[in-house]
Formats: sequence, structure tokens, C-alpha cells
Amino acid sequence: MAGTPDSSSDLLRTPLNELHRALGAKLVPFAGYEMPVQYKAGILKEHLQCRRSAALFDVSHMGQVRISGAGAAEALERLAPLDAQGLPEGRIRYSFFTNESGGILDDFMTTNAGDHLFLVVNAACKQADFARLKQAMPGGAECELLEDRALLALQGPKAAAVLARLDPSVAELGFMKAGQADLGGVPAQLSRSGYTGEDGFEISVPADRAQALAERLLGEAEVEAAGLGARDSLRLEAGLCLYGHDIDETTSPIEAGLAWAIGKRRRAEGGFPGAETILRQLAEGPEHRRVGLLPEGRAPLREGVELSDGTGHKVGRITSGGFSPSLERPIAMGYVLAALAGPDVGLNAELRGRSVAVTTAALPFVERRYHRS
Amino acid sequence: MADLYFTDEHEWISVEGDKATVGITAYAQEQLGDVVFVELPEVGSSLEKGAQAAVVESVKAASEVYAGVSGEVTAVNEALVDDPAKVNADPQGDGWFFKLTLSDSGELSGLMDEAAYKSFVEGLG
Repeated sequence: MAGTPDSSSDLLRTPLNELHRALGAKLVPFAGYEMPVQYKAGILKEHLQCRRSAALFDVSHMGQVRISGAGAAEALERLAPLDAQGLPEGRIRYSFFTNESGGILDDFMTTNAGDHLFLVVNAACKQADFARLKQAMPGGAECELLEDRALLALQGPKAAAVLARLDPSVAELGFMKAGQADLGGVPAQLSRSGYTGEDGFEISVPADRAQALAERLLGEAEVEAAGLGARDSLRLEAGLCLYGHDIDETTSPIEAGLAWAIGKRRRAEGGFPGAETILRQLAEGPEHRRVGLLPEGRAPLREGVELSDGTGHKVGRITSGGFSPSLERPIAMGYVLAALAGPDVGLNAELRGRSVAVTTAALPFVERRYHRS
Repeated sequence: MADLYFTDEHEWISVEGDKATVGITAYAQEQLGDVVFVELPEVGSSLEKGAQAAVVESVKAASEVYAGVSGEVTAVNEALVDDPAKVNADPQGDGWFFKLTLSDSGELSGLMDEAAYKSFVEGLG
């Protein structure tokens, strides 16, 4: 991985590093951090734990950014196609920073926290995102990378019941809404959102309180720790994009099937990087589209595998692929020519010198079970 | 009584006369994590020492299994196709990969015995 220090001593550690070690985590370098890829249970069990009950993830490596002051929302809108000015207080929106050619520089969540906007960005992009935001802010606005906060994700069908035990007000929070909570004496900023396809919460807390809260949550019978391995297989089943793989500087939001995240007013007005290309693709349709892919047999097809049609012409490429613990079969995502993007289109992939049949499929692979209030 | 040999690629080779059984070590399965797919060689194929003999895939990644010795494949563990988790559950027993007839038993002298492999793994930290 580019930019990843090769010695573990150069790696950054999250506030939960000691806890990961105590839990027997397998620690790996990820985006400059030493992160748990799995614990003793292993990825399959951790994945199913999240689908069936609740799993706790440390996502403190991600960037938490606060922007505030006059003109902050307008400045964010010059970098990304979300309706930041029209975002109601307590609401969360998904968006992405775009470049002049209509590609994606990073994807992120924005919360209107009342007196400021709170952003959660990808770990590998956070310094670049912060620099981009800082440069865009007008004189009266402020931009701060919150390095004294940890971020936990409690995900799964039992997540809400577990958190409500610590603060009953949690139960009333709707999907993609944010609020404050008192989690056993730890002041937390809660978002009812996540990256698994399940109901769940992302919990921002002061770094020095993170371990106590994590231990408290892991003490609940429904909760087990899960690592980045399960986080990846969960988001793949849920059909969610991983930055740097399924979306990057060369893929547009329209190709990626993310047009839903472009605000109505922004479609009409433009005014974000690459608007011309993105809005043209929105009107005319893109050349390629992101699709789900089901390989025949049991062998996983992974990122980088090329896809061809019945006549041997190259028609696309896999951007994420692996084994689905819920479906007990390989699944993948990738880009194909738009004409072949409908479900049930038969394609071929080459794996270790032999041809494997692949069928396009609608996303998600596993139904998302977000909280509907 | 079979003799047990190990490679620095974390395969074990159990040898009786000129017959060998090959699999991956407990350390290897621990490093891989949950095994979800195993691709085995064809019965009757000839493997050269050091050549790719099988593929083992975990949730996260694909890894190659090399032939630690040369020989002809006489059997493969078909049970791994439907139940690859056997590799995790019993790597040095039910989780075996394939059997060979050795073409050069002299190659065994370049491999590690159990004690040497144990200290090799300890040296990996």
C-alpha cells in the first residue's frame, strides 16, 4: 500500500490499541494505522455476529472534521455536490469530494450538528481532505481535524437495544439522524448510520474515554468485537463502495450508481468540481456502471480481475470481490459497459488461466436492514 | 512410521517410503484465517519442486501452496472442496491437500524436521 510505513513502529495507534491487543487481535497496517483485521473468532464469525446480533468496530482511524462559521456550508458545497446549506439540524448526508474531471477524491458523511458541520472522512484521505477544506474556507469560517476523539461503530440488529440500556433516548433516534447521548457517563455524539447494511450507530467520544466505553459495550451479552476484515465483507454484501477500490479519482458518482447522493438543488445549479461531466452523465447515461457480480462455483474473484463478454471482448473489471459469509458463496462488484449492466447478464472472468462464468446481479446482495421510524 | 518434513513456505510433508502427503501447517492456517476455498492439483499431474501445486483462499486473500518436493499426484482431498474449513479445523490431519509419489527422495534432505520448523516459526515473531 502506497505511503504505508513498513515498520510497525512507524504506525499510528488508535485509543483502543491496548484493548485490541488484550482481545488477541491480529493487527495489520492500514492507512498508516495499526488496526485489527480480525480478533480470535475470525472474520466469518465476526461477520455473522454483526448480521445476527451486534458487533463493535474501532474506526478511530477515520478523520473527524468540524467546520463552522459564516460561509462554511457554502465552501463545502464548492467541493462536493451535497446540499449542505439545506441539511436540517440533526440530519446526516452521504457525499463525495469530486475533481474537475468528475472523479471522486473521497467519500464522506456530513452531519448538521447545529452550530457546526461534522464530517467523517476516510483515513487514507483525511490529511488531503483537511487541507482541501481548510483552503476552501472563507475568512470567517473555521476547520478543525478532531484528533482527540475516537470513533466506534456498534452495528447489528441488537445495537439499538444495547445502547438504549446506557441511554434510553437512543431508541428514538431515526436512521441517518444524529444526536448527543450519555453512554454510562461518557458524552457521545451519536449517528444512526454505518457501513454494514445493518441498523447501527457510529459513536464519537473523547479519546481518553473510548476504552472504557468499548469495554462497557463488549460486556453486554449481545456484543462482540469485529475487525476490518468483517467490516469489508459486510459492506460488500450490502453493496457499499470502498474508496480507493470501487470508487476513486477515475470513477464518476454516476458510473458508481451514487446519483441519489447529489442534492436536487445541486443538480440544477452545479457549482462543484466536475459538475459539467457529472451532470452530463446524469442526463445522458454513463459509459460504464457499477454492478453486483456472482461468480459461478466457489472460487472468489477479487479486485483487478477483468471481465469479458461471450465473444471475448473486454467489457469491465472487478473492483471488490470476496466470499460472502451470509450467502456462503463468492460475490463481487465491478464496472461493466452500461449496456451489460442489467441483472442476469452472463459474462466471463479469467482466473488462474481458466474461464469462470459470472452473472451480473442487483445490489445489495444482502438486504439492508436500516432502522425505519 | 511416517517421517514429517516442513518447508519454509509453511507446508508439511508426511513421507512413508516414496509416498508423501502434503498440507499446510497450523501456523499457515492461523495466518490465513478462515479458509473459504481450496483449488487442488489434478490427479496424475506431475509437480516440480517449488512449483505452484494448489491455491488456498481465505476471506481476505488468495495464497499459493507450493510443491516442496517433486512427484506425481496420486490423490487429492476432495472433502476440502465442499468443506474448506477443514483446513482451519485440522490442518495437519483431515485438512490434507494432496498425495504424491516422490520422484526424488533426495529432495527431502533440504527440508526442515519438526524441531527446526518450530524454531523457524518462532523466529518469525
